[in-house]
Amino acid sequence: MKSIKKFDYFTLLEKITPLIAVVLALLVGAIVIILIGEDPVFVYKTLFSNAIGNRDGWGNVLFRATPLIFTGLTVAFAFRCGLFNIGGEGQMYIGTFLAAWVGFTFTNLPAFILIPLCILSAAAGGALWAAVPGILKAKTGVHEVIVTIMMNWIAASLTFFLVLKFKAPATEAMIAAGVKQMIPHTSEIAEAARLPRLYTIFKFLNIDFPAYNQVNMSFLIAVGVAILAYYILWKTNLGYEIRAVGYSPLAAEYGGISVAKNIVLAMVISGAFAGLVGTNEVMGYKYRWRPEIFTGLGFNGIAVALLGKNHPLGVVLAAILFGILNYGGSIVNIFTAGRIPRELIMVLQAVIVIFVVISDEVVKRLIRQRRKIL
Amino acid sequence: MFGDIFNAQFVASSIRVAIPLALAGLGGVFSERSGVINIGLEGMILSGAFAAVAFTNFTQNPWAGVLGAILVGILLGLIHAVTCITFKANQIVSGVAINLFSSGITVFFSWLLFGETQIMVKSNLPIWGLPLPNIGEGSTFVRNIIVMFAHYSPLVYLTIVIFILAHLIIFKTPFGLRLRSVGEYPQAADTMGVNIVKMRYMAVMTSGALAGLAGSFLSLEQAHFFVKEMSGGRGFIALAAMIFGKWTPFGTAGAALLFGFGEALAMRLQGVLAIPVQFIHMVPYLLAIFVLVSAIGRATPMAAVGIPYEKEIG
Amino acid sequence: MPEIALEMKNITKRFPLVVANDKVNFTVYEGEIHALVGENGAGKSTLMSILYGLYQADSGQIFINREKVSIANPNVAINLKIGMVHQHFMLVPPLTVTENIILGMEPKKNNIFIDMENATKRVEELSKSMGFKIDPKAKIENISVGIQQRVEIIKVLYRGAEILVMDEPTAVLTPQEVEELFEILRSLKKQGKTIIFITHKLNEVKDLSDRVTVMRRGKVVGVKNTKDTNQEEIASMMVGRKVIFDIKKNPLNLRQTTLKVEKLKALNNKGLPAVKDNSFEIKEGEILGFAGVEGNGQTELVEVITGLRPASSGKIFLYDQDITNYSPRSIREDKIAHIPEDRRQRGIISNYTVAENLILGSHYRSPFNKGLALNFTAINNHANNLIKDFDIRPSDKDNFLKSLSGGNQQKVIVARELYGEPKLLIAAQPTRGLDVGSIEFVHQQILNERDKGKAILLISADLEEILSLSDRIAVIYEGEIVDILDPKKTDEKEIGLLMTGSTANKKLSKTK
Repeated sequence: MKSIKKFDYFTLLEKITPLIAVVLALLVGAIVIILIGEDPVFVYKTLFSNAIGNRDGWGNVLFRATPLIFTGLTVAFAFRCGLFNIGGEGQMYIGTFLAAWVGFTFTNLPAFILIPLCILSAAAGGALWAAVPGILKAKTGVHEVIVTIMMNWIAASLTFFLVLKFKAPATEAMIAAGVKQMIPHTSEIAEAARLPRLYTIFKFLNIDFPAYNQVNMSFLIAVGVAILAYYILWKTNLGYEIRAVGYSPLAAEYGGISVAKNIVLAMVISGAFAGLVGTNEVMGYKYRWRPEIFTGLGFNGIAVALLGKNHPLGVVLAAILFGILNYGGSIVNIFTAGRIPRELIMVLQAVIVIFVVISDEVVKRLIRQRRKIL
Repeated sequence: MFGDIFNAQFVASSIRVAIPLALAGLGGVFSERSGVINIGLEGMILSGAFAAVAFTNFTQNPWAGVLGAILVGILLGLIHAVTCITFKANQIVSGVAINLFSSGITVFFSWLLFGETQIMVKSNLPIWGLPLPNIGEGSTFVRNIIVMFAHYSPLVYLTIVIFILAHLIIFKTPFGLRLRSVGEYPQAADTMGVNIVKMRYMAVMTSGALAGLAGSFLSLEQAHFFVKEMSGGRGFIALAAMIFGKWTPFGTAGAALLFGFGEALAMRLQGVLAIPVQFIHMVPYLLAIFVLVSAIGRATPMAAVGIPYEKEIG
Repeated sequence: MPEIALEMKNITKRFPLVVANDKVNFTVYEGEIHALVGENGAGKSTLMSILYGLYQADSGQIFINREKVSIANPNVAINLKIGMVHQHFMLVPPLTVTENIILGMEPKKNNIFIDMENATKRVEELSKSMGFKIDPKAKIENISVGIQQRVEIIKVLYRGAEILVMDEPTAVLTPQEVEELFEILRSLKKQGKTIIFITHKLNEVKDLSDRVTVMRRGKVVGVKNTKDTNQEEIASMMVGRKVIFDIKKNPLNLRQTTLKVEKLKALNNKGLPAVKDNSFEIKEGEILGFAGVEGNGQTELVEVITGLRPASSGKIFLYDQDITNYSPRSIREDKIAHIPEDRRQRGIISNYTVAENLILGSHYRSPFNKGLALNFTAINNHANNLIKDFDIRPSDKDNFLKSLSGGNQQKVIVARELYGEPKLLIAAQPTRGLDVGSIEFVHQQILNERDKGKAILLISADLEEILSLSDRIAVIYEGEIVDILDPKKTDEKEIGLLMTGSTANKKLSKTK
C-alpha cells in the first residue's frame, strides 16, 4: 500500500473538501435566491464587494469573525479530544458576564492590570462552566452533548438574573423619552478596561481606516489564541495526550495516559476560548453586558469548526468566511429593501455544514478506492 | 396549601408541558431503537412548529397545519437518514446541522411569507368535549380532572392514541421485533434476513414525523403563535426523557410527565417561595442533567446505537 | 452406499494477505456427523462461511444432494435447508429465546401482530423433540452459554434445516454441557439430519464423529473414517512436522526472580472469572511461554499485570516491590514493557505518525518533553535511530502508522517497548498476522532481550513459536495453569492435547 504521508496528493484533497462544500452551498443559495425572484449575480456581487471590497467592509468582517474564531476554537479543540462541546453559548455567557462584572466593579485599577484581569476572567468563566460537563463525563460517562446544551439554557437564565441584579439605572435621557420597558443591561465597564479599536493602530501606522469601525484589539487576541491553540495541540505534551485520547482512548490508556484527566482539561480549555468572546463584545464594543448580544454564536461555532476541519488555521479562515457572509448578508438585506432576509445566511451556513459532512465521506471513500488501485 | 398547588389546573399544565416532550421523546425512541442517534429533534420540533402555523394560516385550517408539520418533520428526518445511513456521517454532527438549518430556515420563511418573526395563529384547533360520565359523589379533585380531560385539545387524545399504538408496534409486531434487533445487534439481524437500511430509514423518518407533530402542538395549542427559537431546548430534554424512560413509549411518556410536573411545580412554588423567576426557568434543564446522570448504569442504550452499519466482507 | 448430502469441489478463496482455501474438496454423506478440524487459520471457518453464503468463493462449485447450487447470501442457504450455528452466537441479548428464534420469520396473528402463542408452542415442541427443556420467555442475556447454543440450534431447526453446520460448538461449554450437546447431536442424527462440526478438540472428534476432514494452511491434508484413526494421527496431520524456524538459543543463565505472581484472580468484561488462581515466577534471562487457545484467560492475565484491569485478589511482585493494581503509567515507569495482543486498538495510534507512536508512553518525560514544549529534535532523532536499528519500512518518520504493513507496525511497537531497557517484557501474540521475515525479526529481538538478562513473558497460540523460544512452557486452559513443562522434554502433540482440554497422555516430565 502506498504510504500515507502528511502532505501528499490525497491528504491535500481531503483538506479542500470545505471549499467544495462552500461552492455547492452557494449554488444552493443561488437557487433559493432565484426562487424568491431576485438575481443571484446581483446578490453575490453586492455581498462580496461590500464585504471585502473596501477597508470598512473588512473591518466589519473581522469584527464579526472574532467571536466566531473563539467559539470555533471551542468546538475544534474539544473535538480533538473526541468530545462534542456544544456548550459554547453558555460558556460564552458566563465568561463574558464575568469580564463585564470585573470591568464595572474594579474601576479603580489601572488599565495594565484591569485589561488582563478582565481577559482572564472571561476565560475563567467559560472554563468553569465547561468544567461541569467535563467532570461529569470523566467521572460518570454521561454524554456531553446533552449536558452542555442544558448548561446553555441554565447560563442564559443565570446571566439574566445577574443582569437584573447588576442593572444599570435608567439614565435621565431614557426617562425623559418615556422609555418604559428597557432591555436590562449592566453599567458600563471602566475606561481602563476597554480595548482600543484597531483604528488606533492603523492611525499609528498612517493607514487610512474609518474611525467608527468596531473592529478592535479583540481580533488580535483571537488570532493569538488560535496560535496558542495550535501550539498546545501540536507542540506540547498536553496536546499530544489530548489528541491521543481523541484518536484512540484504548491506546492512550495503554500508553499510560489518563483519559479522565485529559477529558476534563480539554473541556476546560475549550470553555475558556468561548468565554473570551467577551473581549470582543464587552471590552471592545458595547462596553456593557446585555442579554441580546448573542444570537446563536455558539452554534455557529460548530459550523466554523467543521468547515475549518477542526484546525486552528482552518477555524480562523472559516470564521472570516462566515464573517463575510454575515456582514455581506446584512448589506444585501439593506440593498434589497428587506426582500432577502438576513436569515438566508443562516440557512446557507447550515447547508454548508451538511455539505461538508457529506463531501467529507464521499472524498474519503474515493480516496480509499483509489489507494487500493495504486 | 396542598390543594392550592395540586389542583386540576396543575395537572392540566403538567400535561401541556409534557406532550411535546413526550412526542419528541417517542421520536427519539424509534430512531435510537434502530441504532441512529437523532440530536436533530430540536430542529424538527422548531420546523414543525413553524410549518404548523404557516400551513394553518394559508389554508385557514388547523388540521392542514398539523399535517404540514408532520410532513416537514419527515422531510428533515429523511435528510438526517441519508446523511447518517447512506453516507455514514457522524450522527451527532448531522443532527446539529439539522438544528442549525431549522433555526435559519424558519426565520427565513417567516420573513419571506409573513414579513415578521412572530406569527399569530389565525385558526385554532377545536376543543373536543367528551361526554362526561356521571360520577355523582366523587371528590372535587377527581371531578375537576375529568372536567379538564373533557376539554382538551384533540392533539392530546391523538397523543394518547399514538403512544398506545407505538407500544403495540414496538413490542407486538414483526416490525417492532426487527426494529429492536437492528439497534442492538444488526449483524445478527442481517443473518436473519432483516433489511437494516430500510428499517433505519423508516425509524428516522418516523422520529421526524413525531417531532414535527410535537412542534405543531407547541405553536398551535400551547402558544397560539410562532416565534423564532421557540423550541427552547425541548428536543434535548426529550432525549433525556427518552433515556430516563429506558427507550420505551410508556416510560418516555412517564418521564415527560415528570418533567411536566417539575416545571408546573416550579411555577407554582414561585408564587409561594421567594425564588427569582430565572431560577424557576432553570428547573427543566437542571432536571434533565440530573435525570441523565442518574440514568447512567440503570438505563443502557441500544448496543449498536451511533455506529454506522458496515457489512463485514472478509 | 450412503447419499452425498453436500459436496464442495475445488473451492478457492483468497483474501488480501492469505489464501484461506486452496482447491479444497469437501464431501459429507447424508445422516453423518462429520468433523472438520485444523488449527487457527487453517481455513475451516472460511469454507463454512462460503457454504452459508456469507462469502463467495473465487472458484469452485457446491453441490447439495447432487444438484449444483449458487449460494449468494444466507437467505439462499436457509432455503437450501442449510443452518449454521456460529461460533459467536448471532443472538440479540436483550430479546427472549422465542423472539430470537422467530426473528425474520415471525408467525402472524390477524396479519398484524406476532402470534407469540403459536411461536412459543413451536419452540417448546422443537426443544422437546431434542430432548431438553428451554424457557421460551427467558432473555438471552440471562441464560448460560450452553443454553444459548441450544437456542441457536432450535433457530436453525425452526427454519427447516437438514444440514447443520456447527462452528467450534464446544469452545465455550463446560464438560457437562458438552456431553448434553453431544446427546442432542446424536438425537438429531437419528432424525436423519446431517451435521458438520468444526473443532480443534480432538477427543470430541473421537467421541462424536463418523468421519473427519483435516485442513492445514488452506488445504485439505486428510480425510478419514473416525474409527480407522486416532488422536495422535489427527494431531500430527493438523500441526504438521516441519519446523520453520531454526532458532539457536544461547544457554540459560538465570539470576534473580523478576516477576512473581501469587494466586492472581481477575474477572473478564462480563464479570465472570477469567484468571483463576494463577501463580508463577519468571527469572532474569528466562522466557516463560504461555501456550493456550485464545480466550482462555491469557488476555485478562496480561491486562492485570500491566494495570489495564483490576485484580480481584492475589498479588504481583516486580523484584520485591508489590505492583498489584498499579496504574499503567506506573507500570511503565517501573520498566515493564508490553507488546499488546490487540495491535490495532491498543498498541498503536493509527492516525499518529511513526515518530509520534515511537514516544507513546514516554512522551511526557525528558528528553521528549521539556517543560512547556515537546522537544522535536529529540523526538525526531529518536525516531530515525529506531527506524534504522529496527529496519522499519518505509523509513520516513512522518508516515502515518495506518499506512504501514502489519509487520512494520509491530516493529514500531517492539522498537518502542524495548527502548529504555525494560526489566520485564510481556509479549502477547507478538507475531500474529506477520510475514515470515517480520516473525524472524521479532523472535530475534525477544532472544536478544533474554540474553541481556531480561525476564520475558510470552503468550502465543502458535505452538512452534512457544516451543522454539520458551525456556519453560505454562499451558493455560480455562483460566488455570494446567501444567508447566520443559520444552526439551515435550512436543507439540502433548501441548496440543493439554491446550485443548485433554488430560490423557501426560507421560512427559514436568518442571516448576
